[in-house]
Amino acid sequence: MHLSDFQTFLLLSILKIVVVLVITLTAVAYTVLLERKVLGRMQNRWGPSRVGPFGLLQPLADGIKLFLKEDLTPLAAEKPLFLAAPVIALTCALISIAVVPFGAVTKIAGVDMFAIADVNIGLLVILGITSIGVYGIALSGWSSNNKFALLGSLRATSQVISYELALGLSLVGVVLRSGSLRLRDIVAVQSTHGLLSWNLFGGFQFVAFFIYLMAAYAETNRAPFDLPEAESELVAGYHTEYSSMKFAMFFMAEYANMITVACVATLLFLGGPSSPFGSLLPTPSNSILAAVLPIFWFVLKVFAFLMLYIWVRATLPRFRYDQLMSFGWKFLLPVAMLNIIATSLVLALRG
Amino acid sequence: MTVPIAYYLILAAILFSIGVASFLIKRNIITIFMSIELMLNAVNLTFVAFAHMWHQITGQIFVFFVMVVAAAEAAVGLAIIIAIFRTRQTLNVDQVNLLKN
Amino acid sequence: MQLALFIIFGLLAVAGAINFLLQRHPINSALSLVVVMMSLAVLYWSLGAEFLAAAQVIVYSGAIMVLFVFVVMLLNAGEEERTHGSRAAYFAGVPGATAIFCLLSFVFLTNSKAFGSTDLTSHLTHTVNNIAEISQVLFKDLLLPFEVTSILILVAILGAVVLARKEQ
Repeated sequence: MHLSDFQTFLLLSILKIVVVLVITLTAVAYTVLLERKVLGRMQNRWGPSRVGPFGLLQPLADGIKLFLKEDLTPLAAEKPLFLAAPVIALTCALISIAVVPFGAVTKIAGVDMFAIADVNIGLLVILGITSIGVYGIALSGWSSNNKFALLGSLRATSQVISYELALGLSLVGVVLRSGSLRLRDIVAVQSTHGLLSWNLFGGFQFVAFFIYLMAAYAETNRAPFDLPEAESELVAGYHTEYSSMKFAMFFMAEYANMITVACVATLLFLGGPSSPFGSLLPTPSNSILAAVLPIFWFVLKVFAFLMLYIWVRATLPRFRYDQLMSFGWKFLLPVAMLNIIATSLVLALRG
Repeated sequence: MTVPIAYYLILAAILFSIGVASFLIKRNIITIFMSIELMLNAVNLTFVAFAHMWHQITGQIFVFFVMVVAAAEAAVGLAIIIAIFRTRQTLNVDQVNLLKN
Repeated sequence: MQLALFIIFGLLAVAGAINFLLQRHPINSALSLVVVMMSLAVLYWSLGAEFLAAAQVIVYSGAIMVLFVFVVMLLNAGEEERTHGSRAAYFAGVPGATAIFCLLSFVFLTNSKAFGSTDLTSHLTHTVNNIAEISQVLFKDLLLPFEVTSILILVAILGAVVLARKEQ
């Protein structure tokens, strides 16, 4: 059978989408397990250890538990929006993976196999999709008709839209250095001398990385900025009224967002799929090894970033709400602007 | 398959007229404000379509400026709405008539 | 391909706009407006304006409409009631809007030939970089207007803060 160019493109794209979706969902499940395990160890307890060897089947058991639970919808809830909110949250969390290049450029039949879509405004697409994700949180709190949920979602919405500014501004330095919004180009700038040419070290973007880190914690509503779901103040925040699979969708969306943020940090600051040793390691002659090794580095970096997430959660206490806002507006935003000015000055003097 | 530019313009005309109609019919001040955004969006579509037609980037720049102005306008407008709600406890434009008579 | 995109997202935009007009609750109206803006973003992309498509999603749907939804939630606005003003506007508004639409589409259709049709070949083969072009114009030729808009935004922020602050 002979396929035309468009047909092979379509088939391979569908294949890529399915594979990446399955891998991301599995990664989400195992990030939850990783977090519970590591948190357990940090707090001097075991963490889940009963289901399967070392508790490795725990995500499966959790999934079955959530799936079999009763699915409650409050009588006074705004039905269509109540159903739509978790769907919006999860879809927006998963879609942004589509523009992430997770391996070196490897073409089969003219199709780049290790990135679903190589868009020339990839970075803006990711920012756009994360900004749409706010609707999931905002609508869930409003449609539940519950004051704790509403307060939680108001907090979450204002927190996310405030920190989005700092997040966007922290990325400008990186974009200035590479002169492109295409994620592949941003990675290419950093892959010449391994570790030393990463934006984090060689690009002197550690201030930007710090701002990105803080803003990313706030964007994903994670500790120490997990005020929207502060159980001591707000019961469970915006997903108070959600149960069963709808709750599971919010839960998965949170961890999928974490993975997306980790992917973006890896691509923008940690050199993406390029090797940290640069030319010290000989390039493998075997073509399969050459394709797999970048993916290994990418996954390793994402994993390290996720570990940092969990470590911070186990270590830091929660902020107070006014502290959170003044930290974002009065500290992160000015520092991000100073970073842009400094970076552009250095680039202008050098160029 | 190419699309005639006129189709894009007619789509923009439809959106603009719906924006005008809802601007007049709606009574909630927030929704009225949203209809203005809808009209701005319709005009933006014509700008982008004409920019494509003339192969000029200027139309897109104009849309960029419209977006910036819309953002500033939304911030101020919503602040005014909050101030109105605080003093009059209503969002219905027919009841905001202190200056009438 | 482009025709299919236009039909799907054009219909989506029109459906969203009509739903915006018919819905009584401000949150539902706001969400239909978000649908309109997202489909317009796709149409911008199909016209070769990918930077504007991203800006549309980030600025309009991601910031302005979130602000609207936020204010509706904050003020707990309920369904709007129909009052005497709305009936008068209904009789004047619908024919007026239809007249505007008829006039515009008449002009567009009579000049349809002069407008020509879309041609995306240069965009699809990446010979034209939209962002580079825009930044050239924005930061060289139109630097002064660009700076003026930044002052405008600063004034708007200050104005919003002053207006929304509770009086002591």
